[in-house]
Amino acid sequence: MDRDTAFEVTRRELLASGAATVAGGSLGIAQAQPAPRSAPVSAAVTLKVNGQERRLDLDTRTTLLDALREHLHVTGPKKGCDHGQCGACTVLVEGRRINSCLTLAVMNDGRSITTVEGLGQPGNLHLMQAAFVKHDGFQCGYCTPGQICSAVAVVAEIRAGIPSHVSGDVAAQPQLTAAELRERMSGNICRCGAYSNIIDAITEVAEGKTA
Amino acid sequence: MKPFTYERVRTPVEAAAAAARSPGAKFIAGGTNLLDLMKLEIEQPSHLIDVNALALDKIEPTADGGVRIGALVRNTDLAADARIRSSYPLLTRALVAGASGQLRNAATTAGNLLQRTRCPYFYDTNQACNKRQPGSGCSALQGYSRQHAVVGSSDACIATHPSDMAVAMRALDAVVETIDAAGGSRRIPIADFHRLPGNTPQIETSLRAGELITAVNLPKPVGGTQIYQKVRDRASYAFALISVAAIVQRDGTGRVALGGVAHKPWRVEAAEAELGRGAAAVATRLLVDSKPTPDNEFKLPLVERTLGAVLAQAKA
Repeated sequence: MDRDTAFEVTRRELLASGAATVAGGSLGIAQAQPAPRSAPVSAAVTLKVNGQERRLDLDTRTTLLDALREHLHVTGPKKGCDHGQCGACTVLVEGRRINSCLTLAVMNDGRSITTVEGLGQPGNLHLMQAAFVKHDGFQCGYCTPGQICSAVAVVAEIRAGIPSHVSGDVAAQPQLTAAELRERMSGNICRCGAYSNIIDAITEVAEGKTA
Repeated sequence: MKPFTYERVRTPVEAAAAAARSPGAKFIAGGTNLLDLMKLEIEQPSHLIDVNALALDKIEPTADGGVRIGALVRNTDLAADARIRSSYPLLTRALVAGASGQLRNAATTAGNLLQRTRCPYFYDTNQACNKRQPGSGCSALQGYSRQHAVVGSSDACIATHPSDMAVAMRALDAVVETIDAAGGSRRIPIADFHRLPGNTPQIETSLRAGELITAVNLPKPVGGTQIYQKVRDRASYAFALISVAAIVQRDGTGRVALGGVAHKPWRVEAAEAELGRGAAAVATRLLVDSKPTPDNEFKLPLVERTLGAVLAQAKA
């Protein structure tokens, strides 16, 4: 089923569900909501994961994280809290880091997704991966794929001049300091507390200007 | 999560029309708050209208010397925009004080305004919550209310609005621009956009059913020293206990808005006339008729002291 056909099906189902639903919109103004649908709805989704195009037919409820892990068996991104609080699911979508647990796969149709596997592999590690190993930037390792994806994006964000909460002058180019890195990495929680080594690893890569 | 149908729309009018066709639909853009709430089945839309393809991701100059921020401009991009950083630094400061880098990359301008309270009793579906289930009561009133509202609250709800961005926009006199299914447009001053809870805490904004936010307009820059001071339990990635957004001019006049104290960004223009008399006078006027709980009465002196620090910093 191609993408357009999938959406035609969706529109027909929309009309069917609309006819069966009582009036009383919940958009914008929250009110008692009409009875939710009971039957799952599926849609065709194409994701470009680590350079490879993958076509899937997914329940619309599938998050990008679950599409990667459960359907494509790309298990680098981890499910920690599943609510955008821990950062273990961090991936790069079109080069920007986001929480893959808080976006639907169908919303990312056609987009390029980079997970920790796409950054580098054993024998051909990304500089950030090698720096995490060198500086012992982890203990149990569960948060590490998210930490590394986030770290790669943080270095790029500083170079792009994006200010942070600890930037002295928000109109100026942000500096590469430990305080900046700590602030920018605050969306990635490490239960083992490897933070100081994580900052050392990121600092080495950022100062090398090679990431 | 309850099942839902999904469609992608291409124009704002198409989006509003899709909403009008489908009671129980929600617009989705970043999704960082809506999906969280859908997983907990606090939100149960039967249909999602994906608005990400609408061309509302630009920040453009306006004829009156201000800027028009498209509804879909991501929080990161708004904070990093050169015009915002130089002419509206208060807004950049507020944005980067909120959430995490990952969330700011996904969250949109309109979605930030529409995000829902983080009251733990709203999130816990085993608790009474008039906002989640009108008429069920408010568990926060007798519960642990350290984070809750101290002013403008009601017997039905003491939740706060969680946004930092909206507090800065309140101080900057932003205007929310919308469109409806008939193509009609409205301009809503941000002061009138968010509502106090009253007896209907489930109604959080003045948006009508199906109405879509298309942009937020900022009037021409007002200059001054602009400071956003957020006080929270962690140094990063936490919601405000209280926050102060201040614009202070050389002659000592200015504007002050508060976050973390009410169901909406809190600004009392009359209080700003007291700026020459110091933080205590301003805070007293801002928080007149406050109704704190024993758990959150600390917010009253915290507002005064934070404002005092902000005014001292502005003078320095």
